[in-house]
Amino acid sequence: MSARDDILGRIRSALRDGPEAPQIPRKYRATSGLDQAALIELLVDRLIDYKAHVSVVDAVEVPTRIAELLADAKCYVVPTGLDAGWLAGLDHETGDRRRRLDSPAAPLPVAELDGIDAVVTGSAVAVAETGTIILDGSPNQGRRAISLVPDHHICVVKAADIAGILPDALRRINGTRPLTMISGPSATSDIELERVEGVHGPRKLDVIIAR
Amino acid sequence: MSTFLGMPSLPVFGTGNLHASESFPKAAHRELGNAQLRANLGHATHTIRDKRLKVVAELPDWEQLRDAGSAIKESVMARLPELLEQFEENFTARGGVIHWARDAEEANGIVAGLIRDTGETEVVKVKSMATQEIGLNEYLEEQGIAAFETDLAELIVQLDHDKPSHILVPAIHKNRTEIRDIFLREMPGADPHLTDDPAVLAMAARAHLRRKFLTAKVAVSGANFALADSGTLAVVESEGNGRMCLTLPETLITVMGVEKLLPGWQDLEVFMQLLPRSSTGERMNPYTSLWTGVTKGDGPQDMHLVLLDNGRSAALADEMGRSALHCIRCSACMNVCPVYERTGGHAYGSTYPGPIGAILSPLMTGIEAEENNSLPYASSLCGACYDACPVKINIPDILVHLRSVDVDSKRGKKKIPTQMDVGMKAASWALSSGKRLGLVEKGLPIGRLAAGRDRKITKLPGIAGGWTQSRDIPAPPAESFRTWWAKEHQRPEIEGARKPPQDKGDQA
Repeated sequence: MSARDDILGRIRSALRDGPEAPQIPRKYRATSGLDQAALIELLVDRLIDYKAHVSVVDAVEVPTRIAELLADAKCYVVPTGLDAGWLAGLDHETGDRRRRLDSPAAPLPVAELDGIDAVVTGSAVAVAETGTIILDGSPNQGRRAISLVPDHHICVVKAADIAGILPDALRRINGTRPLTMISGPSATSDIELERVEGVHGPRKLDVIIAR
Repeated sequence: MSTFLGMPSLPVFGTGNLHASESFPKAAHRELGNAQLRANLGHATHTIRDKRLKVVAELPDWEQLRDAGSAIKESVMARLPELLEQFEENFTARGGVIHWARDAEEANGIVAGLIRDTGETEVVKVKSMATQEIGLNEYLEEQGIAAFETDLAELIVQLDHDKPSHILVPAIHKNRTEIRDIFLREMPGADPHLTDDPAVLAMAARAHLRRKFLTAKVAVSGANFALADSGTLAVVESEGNGRMCLTLPETLITVMGVEKLLPGWQDLEVFMQLLPRSSTGERMNPYTSLWTGVTKGDGPQDMHLVLLDNGRSAALADEMGRSALHCIRCSACMNVCPVYERTGGHAYGSTYPGPIGAILSPLMTGIEAEENNSLPYASSLCGACYDACPVKINIPDILVHLRSVDVDSKRGKKKIPTQMDVGMKAASWALSSGKRLGLVEKGLPIGRLAAGRDRKITKLPGIAGGWTQSRDIPAPPAESFRTWWAKEHQRPEIEGARKPPQDKGDQA
């Protein structure tokens, strides 16, 4: 008998008493009921708690803010589908020579990504209560590797994409896409449970909330 | 396939690192002698306990989430065959390959074979309880494959050739100075001026593993959740080592117990609220990765999942104990356990320590495996674990149930009655009538003699010696309450003189 049939047989046999599957009581909150201003305030509070850097700006100011944050980067990567105009502050006449483009069709090798200082991406949805930003691999966020290997992640969150709590956020995305939920820069508490920010993932996380 | 009907199979137990090779009291006694360990553990468990309480208190619907989590898991267990088949179908349709493993040995063989197929001799690993349970690293080493643990705590334990002592913080028994010393001794190229600042130590681990991440072709991971209705897998982590392993290599091999399934996407909203707050005491862990089979152009293109039984079906067959399989490995129960807090994880022998380990290990291996029958007694039954459990596993009830399974398993096996049998028989005789008890109590003054001048008994004979191993017994009183009462009430003339005249109405 195959291992598969054997195991399924064992499990069926273990359930010979016929336990019933109970109804699931979903009496927990589905939304937070907060308005946009309150959502932004809560998200900022949570992100700062994780030691992320946050700026809240009007949508038109996003390009300027990105340009400021990239001032020290020798080179940076962006997904090809990054929202048009976000890099306007860097384009001048000829385009920015520090910029590398990445897409699933034309991916940069890992070794090259390792030499890149920063990455700019959009985001799919954010959760105010937990300070979480979810990337779903859409064209404005790119492959998972580009938001992982560079040490500085600049992530733009649109105010309309902020959900109050997790159930609200998960209802807005497709679970079968390659998803990364990010809550602050990488961290560890493995040594005496003392939290240290910055391990293998990006050690610096800049979140730009665009109103 | 329905050949199993009408031919009840015996439970088939698990193998691997699930056993206590010495009895818990013996192991605990040794571990308790390590003052450094006790100090480290006390500090760590109290820190995390307070953090958990704080973030749990923030959620107004915590109890509703626990209720949902508990019901979802109960439902998963009742529907397990159907959900596994559904998951298999979806995962396969998305380009993944499923392998089934009856036990540790079979799982190890499958993983080693898959690695060999890639031609690689090195793999990077994301922290995984399942691979710890089957002893994968040791097996791969025998096969000439080097497995590098990438979680900081697992790295510390691996470098020190030690065993994890906590399922979430495997190096909880080590303090910063000990970790610095391990790095200096075992990490190639470690800076000799390394300090014991956790931030500095974390940076040393980053530098040490960076190359491995960027060049690894094969990764091995566990999974926190699997969604049956889509074939999605999830890994919850903090450091980014998980993302590295799940994203950069070409081949990803995941090993997961069959009980990790959730029916669907909506259930994730419950567990992703319960798990981080219960385990690290954070509102959310820094990184969670979810993947559904192969995504073209993003992440590993060669994707395998080993579905592991290894005694889970045996645990499921125990109607009283099956809810132990609801466990999401958060470790909240160990952090609040007064026994774990003092003995640490090594005393439990198995990969799964603490209150959950004390039920899960014997359920998966059978109560008679090695010294696992000592584990259900490794508890004061205080119930703190039940209160802390995010999926409401009634650990104290299952502990008591397993104690009875242990007693039943021994019945009829011994020819010569043990001291305990004789003692229990004697107690049953004495306690079954007041007269008999009174007779026994007449022997109390002998105890006074044994106590001597300091009026303490410090050593009882035979198995009763276990009681006096760590405490004294005060000398018994000169006479029993029963004797005293009888004496007092034999003097009606004094009683009558003291009492005021009784009112008839009062007596009615």
